[in-house]
Amino acid sequence: MAEQVTRKPYVREVPRMLWFLRHPRYMRYMAREFSCLFIGAYTLMLVVGLKRLAEGPDAWAGFLAALGSPGAIVFHLFALAFSAYHSITWFRLTPKAMPVQIGDTFVADRVISGAHYAGWALVSLVVLWLAGAF
Amino acid sequence: MSERTVELEVLRYNPETDGEPHFQRYSVTCREEWVVLDALNHIKETVDPTLSYRWSCHMAVCGSCGMMIDGEPKLACKTFLRDYPGVIRVEPLAHFPVERDLVTVIDDFIAKLTRVKPYLIPKEEKPVAAGEYRQTPAQLKRYKQFTLCINCMLCYAACPEYGIIPKFLGPAAISLAHRWNQDSRDGGRAQRQEEIAATEGVWECSFTGACSEVCPEHVDPAAALQQVKIKSTVDWYLAHTMPWLNK
Amino acid sequence: MATSNKPIVWGPFAAGGTLTAFLTPVLILLTLLAGLGHAPDLLAYDALRAFAAHGIVKLGLVVVIFLSLWSAAHRLRITCYDLGLRADTLVATLVYAVAIAGTVAAAAYLLRLNPV
Ligand code: SF4
Ligand code: FES
Repeated sequence: MAEQVTRKPYVREVPRMLWFLRHPRYMRYMAREFSCLFIGAYTLMLVVGLKRLAEGPDAWAGFLAALGSPGAIVFHLFALAFSAYHSITWFRLTPKAMPVQIGDTFVADRVISGAHYAGWALVSLVVLWLAGAF
Repeated sequence: MSERTVELEVLRYNPETDGEPHFQRYSVTCREEWVVLDALNHIKETVDPTLSYRWSCHMAVCGSCGMMIDGEPKLACKTFLRDYPGVIRVEPLAHFPVERDLVTVIDDFIAKLTRVKPYLIPKEEKPVAAGEYRQTPAQLKRYKQFTLCINCMLCYAACPEYGIIPKFLGPAAISLAHRWNQDSRDGGRAQRQEEIAATEGVWECSFTGACSEVCPEHVDPAAALQQVKIKSTVDWYLAHTMPWLNK
Repeated sequence: MATSNKPIVWGPFAAGGTLTAFLTPVLILLTLLAGLGHAPDLLAYDALRAFAAHGIVKLGLVVVIFLSLWSAAHRLRITCYDLGLRADTLVATLVYAVAIAGTVAAAAYLLRLNPV
């Protein structure tokens, strides 16, 4: 007679919210995803800036003055850090999404990432120069 | 040969008697070059024959000894005890139900693997007499990396999206579909797209990248999934902006 | 199972992710400099007004704002789900609506800037 086998698989639940505290790589992921809050909020701020610009010189002067408030400065520093983290992670992953095969070999990941980092630096310098920041 | 004593804290679960799992401590006198699997084998042979776990090859090719070692998905046969200073916590692979001790229920993965048709669907059928389907080294290189998968499921245990959304097809299944889609001899992409370009296919992936960090064979499943997303997006926009391309 | 329509929302997300990776940090730097009292020349009212009055610049700004808002919105949608807010349809509707509303508002403000 065959022996009765008991099957009663035990399911371990994943915490609904704080699962990402379980491992540093999940926290890095969350930090990357949180960059969207800063990039989104900053872009909305630019929309407000356009509104002020359309309203005339006085409104625009007010907008510029508001940029100097301590809150705005702190926000800018956080936004700068998070958006730079977004750029770094995005370009680091670009070669995975868009590998380049030449004949029998793939172009090394660091070459593709490196080209993007260089492009990022160039774009930044050109924008600063066009805006007359130097 | 140097020996030392390591402490292992192993998850135990007996479906016949236990309501939930608990941890059991074992002290093992082990040799310098031992891996976690050697310690488990030693426990089973000399201390506790009731301990259950899967293994076969002891050389990182069969993919059956995946488990959580100090919270990280690892192959027990490739993980050296000497790399762990303290008590080593050994648990069954995360995100899979526990059948018994370190053995998990893997039916979900097997079913998903089957759905993506991970085998050659020839572009053109030809009789055996017509010879082999030839391929250049460059055509081979295009998908080679994705052939290295040993179905160990470490990537599923690492993927937070699979943990949150159990219906997600997951890293290995999609990577293997991509492996065949990238094969110059294969013509089955349209069939596989039905699965991998579906909502519960690649679109549940948020590019955490955890799968690629834990994959013992450097398959880089995260790369495969991004490539599938881009190709599926191009497909979609072509199909919807240039309908005359649709057949 | 059928192929998904996710590419509609994912395409602009990927485009916006790339665009913001190249552009957002330096834009933040510009307004940060302004806040610190070193406003770049372009941010002076007359200069910026003349610059933003060009048709090409207007179009470029609208595209930048749309893609930036959209990619942020899409990421936020996924983050909400990750963090346990699983009412995905509601969240998606809200965040994409904000992205579109922001873009429309930006376009409306830009249309009020006529060449001087
Ligand atoms: S992709 Fe890597 S981690 Fe995933 S099953 Fe295959 S070999 Fe294992
Ligand atoms: S025993 Fe085969 S992979 Fe570890």
